[in-house]
Amino acid sequence: MEKTLDLKFNYTDKKDTRSGFGDGLLEAGRKNPNVVGLCADLIGSLKMGAFQKEFPERFFQTGIAEANMMGIAAGLSISGKIPFTGTFANFSTGRVYDQIRQSIAYSDKNVKICASHAGLTLGEDGATHQILEDLGMMKMLPHMTVINPCDYNQTKAATMAIAEHEGPVYLRFGRPVWPIFTPADQKFEIGKAWKMIDGKDVTIFATGHLVWEAVIAEAMLREEGISAEVINIHTIKPLDTEAILDSVAKTGCAVSAEEHQYNGGLGDSIAQTLIRNNPAPLEYVGVDDSFGESGTPTQLLEKYGLNAANIVAAAKRALARK
Amino acid sequence: MEKKSTEQLQEVASQVRRDILRMVHQVQSGHPGASLGCTEFFTALYFDQLKHDSDFKMEGKNEDLFFLSNGHISPVWYSVLSRSGYFPIEEMSTFRKLNSRLQGHPATEEDLPGIRIASGSLGQGLSVAIGAAQAKKIDGDDRMVYVLMGDGEQEEGQIWEAAMYAAHWKVDNLIATIDLNRQQIDGPTKEIMDLIDLRAKYESFGWTVIDTENGNDMKSVIEGLEKAKSLAGKGKPVLNLLHTEMGFGVDFMVGTHKWHGIAPNDQQLADALAQLSETLGDY
Repeated sequence: MEKTLDLKFNYTDKKDTRSGFGDGLLEAGRKNPNVVGLCADLIGSLKMGAFQKEFPERFFQTGIAEANMMGIAAGLSISGKIPFTGTFANFSTGRVYDQIRQSIAYSDKNVKICASHAGLTLGEDGATHQILEDLGMMKMLPHMTVINPCDYNQTKAATMAIAEHEGPVYLRFGRPVWPIFTPADQKFEIGKAWKMIDGKDVTIFATGHLVWEAVIAEAMLREEGISAEVINIHTIKPLDTEAILDSVAKTGCAVSAEEHQYNGGLGDSIAQTLIRNNPAPLEYVGVDDSFGESGTPTQLLEKYGLNAANIVAAAKRALARK
Repeated sequence: MEKKSTEQLQEVASQVRRDILRMVHQVQSGHPGASLGCTEFFTALYFDQLKHDSDFKMEGKNEDLFFLSNGHISPVWYSVLSRSGYFPIEEMSTFRKLNSRLQGHPATEEDLPGIRIASGSLGQGLSVAIGAAQAKKIDGDDRMVYVLMGDGEQEEGQIWEAAMYAAHWKVDNLIATIDLNRQQIDGPTKEIMDLIDLRAKYESFGWTVIDTENGNDMKSVIEGLEKAKSLAGKGKPVLNLLHTEMGFGVDFMVGTHKWHGIAPNDQQLADALAQLSETLGDY
């Protein structure tokens, strides 16, 4: 299907977003000697090996002890270090929520919580590891910045950008190899949404891996004579409400797309923005109050209603409600 | 600061106890029991042991750092911080009140000088102290990091993650102290969750462990801290088991968990203050 579509963004290569993190961390570490890394026995999975090899004295293996890792990161930050913690998204959030809440968020520590294997696209490991609630948990914490980039290049750029940003950050990325469709030299501005495709009938607000699905959905809608605007919401918090409201003022309806529960996720944040300013129709593409299961990423996105076809259907529902 | 004699330190401790009781009484809330039990320890730290600067800087470069993991004993910490110049003593009258920098549990949100991290949700301070100690190592800063934990707090799992880590990575610029008063909110630790032998537990995790047998005797407390310091830098983290009496210094509060989180009434405050001389002037 992709081959026959006239996509506004294309790719020649695919890579996992976690590799964008690993490569970004290495560059951030070369740029700033205060950058330090911590990992809870998942160096290979988080792609932190190159950083560890180049900066062994600035790398901390904590073993399978995520709560301790969060506390140590907070302690390291006190003297001006910029700690990047690495583990799966599940163990980066739910498992250590109170440690993050007290020692990092409430204490406003400059810790970067870097979380891989988020969402359904983790695949075969199943629901124990497929966290779909992490964006919600993290965005509720005062002081916390929440970022969910869409491909290798954007994840790398985001990793380098958060090293320059003062304050706690949750950076979410994933495991599957995914099209690289954003530029390698992009400037990543925290909190600034990126309008990728102009449109006039409906806006698709997408985050993470689903930005690619939104790019496909735009082409599918265009074939049916529907003009969709695609906005890449890489920063869930602080949310670029101005970009959201400007776009919906023009299109009059919207779809949110995320690899997350829509209860508490990006969809909720956009709904809150619209309801207070411009209560236009909004349709959610997200997981509807359920856990995931084992399967391939493609199978799971289809079964749980998160692929381009689901975005197209949601866009049509939103249009019908205008 | 000129070195204080043991007698002078005891005078400070008497005032600190008055501060604790008056703060807790004023808002009828807070935790006097273990605050009173740890008064010698805090006084010894801030008026004798720590190299620290009351012109507070978060980074604390080339200073000894102290972290309080059992944050509920904030009254004793607030008293020694203000009495050693971190903030005006009058501010103690705002303890636990609306718009105060002296939150019920220590916090950084209101920028109270002397506090480097929030605590109160138990079990987190040892990890934080380890991180701060490792940062000092990276920076070539040879000052020490101190952390105080409760004994009931040892029931939290995170502590044992941290204990394992500190020994494995040879965090030997760290002196952890456990306030061994054998009490927790619901009763004696022996009944609630028996700690059995903390020395054996920590030694088996790879720590050097010392006992300060009389944690309410200023001389013993200082000797214990000196000994702990002499054992640092030898490849192992150091644990100081500080044997204290909850409520020490007030006859009707001593040795029971009853005053863990209960404020004295007017008469009880008067009875307690009558046992403690006002050495530095009440706030």
